[in-house]
Amino acid sequence: MDKSGEAYWKATLGLLTKILVIWFLVSFGAGILFADMLNGIHLGGYPLGFWFAQQGSIYIFVALIFYYAKKMDQIDRKFDVHEE
Amino acid sequence: MDLQTTIYLVVGLTFALYIGIAVWARAGSTSEFYVAGGGVGPRINGMATAADWMSAASFISMAGLISNMGYGGALFLMGWTGGYVLLALLLAPYLRKFGKFTVPQFIGDRYYSQTASTVAVLCLLVASLTYIIGQMTGVGVAFSRFLGVSSDTGIYVGMAIVFTYAVFGGMKGITYTQVAQFVVLIFAYTVPAVFISMQLTGNPIPQLGLGSNMVGSDISLLQKLDQVVVELGFGQYTTTTAGSTLNMFAYTLSLMIGTAGLPHVIMRFFTVPSVAAARLSAGWALVFIAILYTTAPAVAGMAKMNLIGTVNTAVASNGDLYATDSSLKYEERPDWMKRWEVTGLLKFEDKNGDGRIQYYNDKTKNADAAAKAEAAGWKGNELAVNADIIVLANPEIALLPNWVIALVAAGGLAAALSTAAGLLLAISSAISHDLVKGVFKPNISEKGELMAGKIAMSVSIVVAGYLGLNPPGFAAGTVALAFGIAASSLFPAIMMGIFSKKMNKEGAIAGMLSGLFITLFYVFAHKGLFFIKGTEYLPLIGGPNSFFGITPEAFGAVGALVNFIVAFVVDKFTKAPPEHIQHLVESVRTPRGAKAVDGRH
Repeated sequence: MDKSGEAYWKATLGLLTKILVIWFLVSFGAGILFADMLNGIHLGGYPLGFWFAQQGSIYIFVALIFYYAKKMDQIDRKFDVHEE
Repeated sequence: MDLQTTIYLVVGLTFALYIGIAVWARAGSTSEFYVAGGGVGPRINGMATAADWMSAASFISMAGLISNMGYGGALFLMGWTGGYVLLALLLAPYLRKFGKFTVPQFIGDRYYSQTASTVAVLCLLVASLTYIIGQMTGVGVAFSRFLGVSSDTGIYVGMAIVFTYAVFGGMKGITYTQVAQFVVLIFAYTVPAVFISMQLTGNPIPQLGLGSNMVGSDISLLQKLDQVVVELGFGQYTTTTAGSTLNMFAYTLSLMIGTAGLPHVIMRFFTVPSVAAARLSAGWALVFIAILYTTAPAVAGMAKMNLIGTVNTAVASNGDLYATDSSLKYEERPDWMKRWEVTGLLKFEDKNGDGRIQYYNDKTKNADAAAKAEAAGWKGNELAVNADIIVLANPEIALLPNWVIALVAAGGLAAALSTAAGLLLAISSAISHDLVKGVFKPNISEKGELMAGKIAMSVSIVVAGYLGLNPPGFAAGTVALAFGIAASSLFPAIMMGIFSKKMNKEGAIAGMLSGLFITLFYVFAHKGLFFIKGTEYLPLIGGPNSFFGITPEAFGAVGALVNFIVAFVVDKFTKAPPEHIQHLVESVRTPRGAKAVDGRH
């Protein structure tokens, strides 16, 4: 792999790591491990931990994928490996 | 029009639609049969993926389970949606760039080995067949309930219909049929939820309704539900976990990586025109899936509230739940209870002989609730409601109009059938393309290959139908097992194939086999060898859930870990992959040069 290829892959992995950290924090973190703690806070009638587990994490997953698609497109263009 | 006629009419109309589309879109070439000519846009593909994805387990069974489990039911919600993030980030765009038909083809080429590809076919078949057994059971349950036939006859009817459009239509037929099915099933799921949310909270959006106050009071629905269920001796709705926190963690993880490793879902991403479209397609699929998955917890909580409220009038009046007059008189029960009693899935047994229905947790550890029940002269829970009828009975419980009940019936059938069809396609392509063409008869004609695929589909329908007659459990449990198998065998091999240039064939093969076998070993210990009842061997592994309290449905996460570790160790002690494979991995990682999938490889 040449220099630019390596840099492209590094940028990709950087983005993936960033997104997967958020993915983990909202589902396994807020939805499971820290749910009890967050339940003390309320979002409307929802205890917050319960909300993350049954609602919030799903909305954030959707947002994460579209963010990823957009950012990857920018990275593709920056390193000139995008499709025609 | 009476209820049964309305159901026949609505179900009949939707079926005419699906079959019409399948006939209209009859496939021509091999590549069209499998991937619809590579010309399906991300939104349409996302919608078809969503229909493919949401099966009898999601539609019929999931909300009922959440209703019983409370907070812990979130493992299905997070598990079956979070997997799409992994799929979009780690697999879909790269497999699209690779540009072949099937998962075993990728494994075979990447690990430069026929053996690796054959092992992948094995993993795929075990996972898909396990999955489809659950679907066929679901098809049988839904048909029998709504066409008024026995569950066995329901399965035969379902087999015939799946056969018709999967075999004659191929992927192109399925793609458009599945778009139609998505529309039907999402309406069927959300319409009753909107009605019920309006009734209970005055908020038409179920996702907000669950977090709103009850109509005419300043107490929130969830708070009220917590109060009522705790007083009746159940676990608190918003905090009860599924087993231990560790089990819930492993279960969720297992469903997530299983989602990303399921071949019939991955195949969907070969059908989009470009790498960029593959990324977006996963996002759109999740948008469409999220509509159902964020509605499900509202359906679950509200159904629980309505069910308890039906049999205990004190729920609505804020009176004493244990007062004599609060329990519903059996003679005055609503019609929907009578209808479901016929199926045997809802049972009443008058244990204290007072002619009233007492519904509570008689095995409670809550001393307060136990004392109150004792004092009221309750002699045990008298109403048994099968979790799997909750979604189907939900509109009836809320006394909604007949057309809504009929719509739910049609939606349940759409969900079960669309997934069965997608799975059959994955099985048929694995056998015809990867096994017959790849291993046994490399110079088979395109026509011969297509025929082999159709024969494989027919045989799988018969096998799945037969196993569906004697299933290892209900849909959701069986389906979760299928996810565990996919998680422990295929996902790690595909992921390492993309993210590690150095992973070699020895490592991948050893990893897949050890992940698959350790998972099957643990699952069969609980569920019987090849799911045959009576062949369980629990003493051998030291009792049920002996591995740190992890249930067999959650074991896929452990299997995947074993897969990674074994692959890594074996890789260290064997030869690195050849130079051209390392170049292949590099080329898969960049989008430029992605070609349309070619039918004549």
